[in-house]
Amino acid sequence: MKKLFSVFVVLALVLGIAACKGSVEDNTLFWNIGADPLTIDPTLNGASDGGDVINQTFEGLVREINGVVYPGIAEEWETSTDGKTVTFTLRESNWSDGTPLTASDFVYSWKRGMDPRTASEYAWIWEYSNVVGSLDTVYWTDVCDNATDDCNEYDDNGALVGTDYSDDKDDTTGLTITEQLALVGVKAINDTTLEVKLVNPTAYFVSLMAFYHFLPVKQSAVEAVGGEDGLWAKNPALVVSNGPFKLVKYTAGEGLRLEKNEEYWNKKKVYIAAIEGDFVDLETTAYAKYNAGEYDFIPSVPSMMIPDLMALSDEFYAYPLLGTYYYSFNLDKPEWQNAKLRKALALAINREDITEALSGGQIPATGFVPRGFIDNEGKDFAIESGNYGISTGSGGEAEAVTLFAEAAAEMGKTVAELRTYLNGKVILYNTNEGHRMVAELVQEDWKQVLGVELTLQNQEWAVFQNTRKQGNFDVARGGWLTDFMDPAGMLAIFTTDNAYNDPNYEKSAYDTLLSESQATTDMALHFQKLYAANDMLMADMPIVPVYYYSDIMMAKSYLKDWGRSVLGSVDFTHARLER
Amino acid sequence: MIGYYVKRLLSALFTLFLIATLTFFMMRAIPGGPFTREKPLPPQIIAQLNAKYNLDDPVIVQYFSYMKGIATFDLGPSFKELGLTVNDLIKQGFPGSMKVGFVAVMFILLFGIPLGIISALKQNKAIDHVVMVMATIGVTVPSFVVATLYIYFISSKISWIPITGLSNPLAYIGPAIALSGYSLSYVARLTRSSMLEVLRQDYVRTARANGLSEWRVIGKHALKNALIPVITYVGPMIAAILTGSFVVERIFSINGIGRYFVESVNNRDYTVIIGMTVFYSALYIVMVLLVDIGYSLIDPRIKLGKRSGD
Repeated sequence: MKKLFSVFVVLALVLGIAACKGSVEDNTLFWNIGADPLTIDPTLNGASDGGDVINQTFEGLVREINGVVYPGIAEEWETSTDGKTVTFTLRESNWSDGTPLTASDFVYSWKRGMDPRTASEYAWIWEYSNVVGSLDTVYWTDVCDNATDDCNEYDDNGALVGTDYSDDKDDTTGLTITEQLALVGVKAINDTTLEVKLVNPTAYFVSLMAFYHFLPVKQSAVEAVGGEDGLWAKNPALVVSNGPFKLVKYTAGEGLRLEKNEEYWNKKKVYIAAIEGDFVDLETTAYAKYNAGEYDFIPSVPSMMIPDLMALSDEFYAYPLLGTYYYSFNLDKPEWQNAKLRKALALAINREDITEALSGGQIPATGFVPRGFIDNEGKDFAIESGNYGISTGSGGEAEAVTLFAEAAAEMGKTVAELRTYLNGKVILYNTNEGHRMVAELVQEDWKQVLGVELTLQNQEWAVFQNTRKQGNFDVARGGWLTDFMDPAGMLAIFTTDNAYNDPNYEKSAYDTLLSESQATTDMALHFQKLYAANDMLMADMPIVPVYYYSDIMMAKSYLKDWGRSVLGSVDFTHARLER
Repeated sequence: MIGYYVKRLLSALFTLFLIATLTFFMMRAIPGGPFTREKPLPPQIIAQLNAKYNLDDPVIVQYFSYMKGIATFDLGPSFKELGLTVNDLIKQGFPGSMKVGFVAVMFILLFGIPLGIISALKQNKAIDHVVMVMATIGVTVPSFVVATLYIYFISSKISWIPITGLSNPLAYIGPAIALSGYSLSYVARLTRSSMLEVLRQDYVRTARANGLSEWRVIGKHALKNALIPVITYVGPMIAAILTGSFVVERIFSINGIGRYFVESVNNRDYTVIIGMTVFYSALYIVMVLLVDIGYSLIDPRIKLGKRSGD
């Protein structure tokens, strides 16, 4: 028995050592990506983990690193005086398979993105691009309308075989999808000139082109046999890309390997030879591996570690994200129609208590637009706007009480009556520890400061979304992260009939300000309108801003010059390892 | 005998049909759909996605086309994992879950049963107390605690034990311990109590009186009967362990199917939910059948397909 045991131990040791990682490849970056991305096809992707990989393997007309827009495949660009035509001059560059990348590749990729047959989740981003004809393409719909269409389906002999729901023509324009695609304002003038026509001058158009949905894909790779539904991008035998790295291995549920793309136009400035990416989606496990020296970069850490790391570690990074966590008041219900009441509730919250409790690097929100948007004079939009009396910590209580009393008077009630009126109303959130914690703190603040006792209710995620959409709530949590570097991306969701306008804030003056901000090439006017819109929104306070989202990560100190897009994707293009 | 198996097979198929049908309609009855997102998609985009996966057909049409698929072992496309079918997901993930599960089942049988026997034979001695205290701990400490402690104290301290994945044989130790903890303890307790009961039976006393060696009494006569309740438990347990665990696979980052049982419901990935349910049920039914066969091998009094008294 003893003998057997010692044989087993020796065997285990030998096997263990044999299977151990050999010498660590000096110039290979070990990176935990997180969950296995659903897709790494830029056009189909809609998730941040996929975006992280795509940012290394593809490159668009421009590349945005740390908030600065650098020329990418486009060497330069020019905007016409009316602001409605943008002409990109492309540099001569190649795909990873050595074939030239031309302006028509962009035309193909973009039309694929907006084509409803592609069914890309992110196609709605075209709504913000203002490219001529793109929106009609994205929302091309063909439902049979019996009044004008013949909805019946016949066989070759003319016998009725069923009811077809389509006549292959759009219900409003009457165009087929091919005809509609031909009207899109994107044209390859020649191999290196790409012309884009816009409906309105769009200040942020060029920076938007850094976003993954607008990166080029190669038609022959996308349409390769076995590459359907974006599978080509995960298959090393089929994938063709144009970024600093290319995919050489992909094991579902385990990890991937990227190697330097020798065809990349700027390869001289790419210093890392290879990237080993893992799909460990549990933060505690990834953190243990990071500490054991198995990773050089991890995209998050267990939240209970954050306070310590923030104070003690120089490998820990927290960046603001362009997004806000908030509560919506249901303006369709009489309880919430008084602006002073809403403002009183917004002021009564101690946001520092909340961000401290969550301890995830979140920043107390003093408005709906987070910091990070730069206006025409180079100033930060959120800082210029001010805090509208919202304090980050305590300090708003006195004014909240005053406003509450004024609101009661306006509503024809005494303060006590208003309290009774609001008691028992519900704060709704989707089931999650963090959301519960925030809701409890908000509930407590409102009780302490204003004497109003709301109750809490949580619902499973999909159920919650349904309830919120149908307007069956008093106060409901919400969150919004924008995808482009203009405050309009935040403010526009509260325009009338916007799909994300949960409070159902309807104000034509607000809608006008936003559309005027979009219709001008004058950047000063653009921002003047947006500042006014923001002031109006904050005066009406249809929401309670709670905190700004943040992005946390850890990187070993020997990993230098890595970058990050303000929209959240990591960038290893110019990173160096100095182990 | 053959008639019995035909009957069992038919009832198994009927059970699977009922399970698939119930799951199908129950999932459709709860709010939300596969394209519900944190940032809600515009209705037009949802319409396009629904059209792509034929979710715009009437539910009853979807049901029949789905059942037709199941009959040909085609479990349909996943709505979430682009380009992959449920069959692909099972093919990708089941080997990982199965390998870890197999090692865990071995742990349970090789340690659980002997520990139970030893405890029973040394009833109320020190070793019995030690084993039973360990078994109580094993039943009460959840797998994620075991897994986390293992990573913290063992695999992240010892460089040649991998923390995640299944890249070498040593990598199986952690997940197998975490996965087997509960069942191992349960089997040990079950074996002990059942063994104690059998040891008091007359035929064991007779065997001893006949002068048989203690080994023969325990190994040949007592153990066979003592194992019957254990087999009853172990059969369905194997089905559950082989199909993976959401928690253990996530902590050790194992590419298995355990996670789909949880994620597919949150994602309302209808086909994956039903596919996983049917797959698990089929495995379960097979294990229960094997248990029945196992009875008849161990205990000659149990005859398959015959009613007692026949």
